[in-house]
Amino acid sequence: MELTLAPIPYHWSRDDRRDFYASIADEAPVDTVVLGELICSKRAPFFEADLPDIAERLEAGGKRVIWSSLAEILLKRERKATDDLCAGDDGRIVEANNAAALRALAGKPHRVGPMMNVYNEETMTFLAAQGATHFSLPPELPRAGVAVMAQAARAAGLGVEVQAFGRASLAVSARCYHARAHGRTKDNCQFVCEEDPDGMPLSTMDGDPFLMVNGIQTLSRSYVNLAAHVPDMRALGVTALRLIPQRQDMVAVARVFADVAAGRIDGDEAAARLDAMQMDTPFSNGFWLGDAGFRRIARSA
Amino acid sequence: MTVGELVCPAGTPAALRTAVDAGADAVYCGFQNATNARNFPGLNFTPEEMAEAVDYAHAKGAKVLLALNTFPPAGKFDLWREAAAMGVRFGVDAMIVADIGVAAAIREAHPDQRLHLSVQAAASSPEAIAYYVENFEIKRVVLPRILTIPEIRAIMTEIPCEIETFIFGNHGLMVEGRCSLTNYATGLSTNMDGVCSPASDVEYKREADGGMTTRLGEFTIDRFGPNETAGYPTICKGRYRAPARETGYYAFEEPVSLNLARLLPDLMAAGVHAFKIEGRQRSRAYVRQVVSNFRAAVDAIREGREPHLADLVALTEGQKESQGAFETKKWR
Repeated sequence: MELTLAPIPYHWSRDDRRDFYASIADEAPVDTVVLGELICSKRAPFFEADLPDIAERLEAGGKRVIWSSLAEILLKRERKATDDLCAGDDGRIVEANNAAALRALAGKPHRVGPMMNVYNEETMTFLAAQGATHFSLPPELPRAGVAVMAQAARAAGLGVEVQAFGRASLAVSARCYHARAHGRTKDNCQFVCEEDPDGMPLSTMDGDPFLMVNGIQTLSRSYVNLAAHVPDMRALGVTALRLIPQRQDMVAVARVFADVAAGRIDGDEAAARLDAMQMDTPFSNGFWLGDAGFRRIARSA
Repeated sequence: MTVGELVCPAGTPAALRTAVDAGADAVYCGFQNATNARNFPGLNFTPEEMAEAVDYAHAKGAKVLLALNTFPPAGKFDLWREAAAMGVRFGVDAMIVADIGVAAAIREAHPDQRLHLSVQAAASSPEAIAYYVENFEIKRVVLPRILTIPEIRAIMTEIPCEIETFIFGNHGLMVEGRCSLTNYATGLSTNMDGVCSPASDVEYKREADGGMTTRLGEFTIDRFGPNETAGYPTICKGRYRAPARETGYYAFEEPVSLNLARLLPDLMAAGVHAFKIEGRQRSRAYVRQVVSNFRAAVDAIREGREPHLADLVALTEGQKESQGAFETKKWR
């Protein structure tokens, strides 16, 4: 079982990104790192010049580097960026998070990201025939569905990945909700999302924490945490665990998942070790158990 | 190829007959299960009703579009396969699909079946639309409610299929087909179960001050004063607090409905092939009024007469309405 570090969903500063990936390269036991901008094309110019160096450093640290496509593609600039990303003959592997990328990647090996709605084996089979080799499933697909997918993937020699840590992406929009909160629009946002490196919290009118805003994306307030379920996932045939970067000690998080994925510790200990990190954010596993996503449900032993 | 075909909602057999009688060119409807994105109690069609509905519509020259626009979770795919087979048997004119696996399965089992791409597929660029057209012979795409008219015009020049746009009804904020907000709060999924903000999880609570709190599952979606009308609690239309908005605000969108009546002449001039009226959950009276008004306006524009747009605008008068993204990019 491998670990995949997802793209940073938030607008972290250039320095923060460099520091983050340096520590991942040197210390985190992840197998794959997905680089690039998933959420907002306006952010890319701040850091994309650094990506080749970051990729080189990650590869020197033994990581496989994958390149993410944008989730939403509307503007000419975004269309061109997607074409350029997918057109390369340099052997780079792209993770498609939009059908425009699927089209550009057809016929050569690629991955399919969690924004692509691969809910069933018919979709997986169709995409595999076009060159997809690895599928990161939607975070809301429950265990029962993942079990069927993992079995089909094993028979076909495909990779199946499940988000095991970090906020779940719940929605994307054409509108930037970060800009809206500050009385701006997407076109004059002044990059206000940079002020919230772990998302902008939305609470209900009663004051209950509920959701997080990240530009055009709405995320769960809770961190999905499936550490306790990793042995079960391994038994089902899930081949990779996806970790979403949060403003936490991601090296430590990766170590816990690497240990439980390799069977060095059991699910209970993995869960206990993450609890002991005392993050300021609640954990949830409701989606995996087919319940409301925000819930954290104790395992029935 | 026509311009301005009116595609109207049919949540029930009675609504279907009403829409057809009021001048719908086509109606869209679904079966009573998770295969369509309005899987609400009391709505939709049994197989027998669907067969009769197709006969009724065809006898009056209207088309029936079968909504199969959800995403089958692995292990439950046969329900979608069976729904498609029934649709073929009953002779529906097109199926509206979102899932790649569903599209592929219909292409394989029913090669001649006409397919439309649902808004739930979230295809908003020419390349994304072309992906579906090239792979599944999609004949028409329903565009997300996030594009401006100049963008629609530009897309039309680049894609090899018909275009359908929303023109009236609920104003969807999130990219459809990529929203699991309801599942996060309730355990029922919009994509997999066809449910958005299910009534079974909705609560209206009268407060001591005479105001009203609306909840979905365990979460308060909005709080209304004694003199405000409480809206249905939908997460993307709720009021929340953020650090910069301590007193609460509509974080995603005001609770407005979409009314493009004023833009109708522009949309027809742009050559949009079909207009979708949202509202399978609406009453027959509503359907009759909206459909007949849009029928008259489209006919007037086709015949070069001045349409009575005031009547259409009046349909949402007194409510908050929006032209959404269609008029200007500032919406974003």
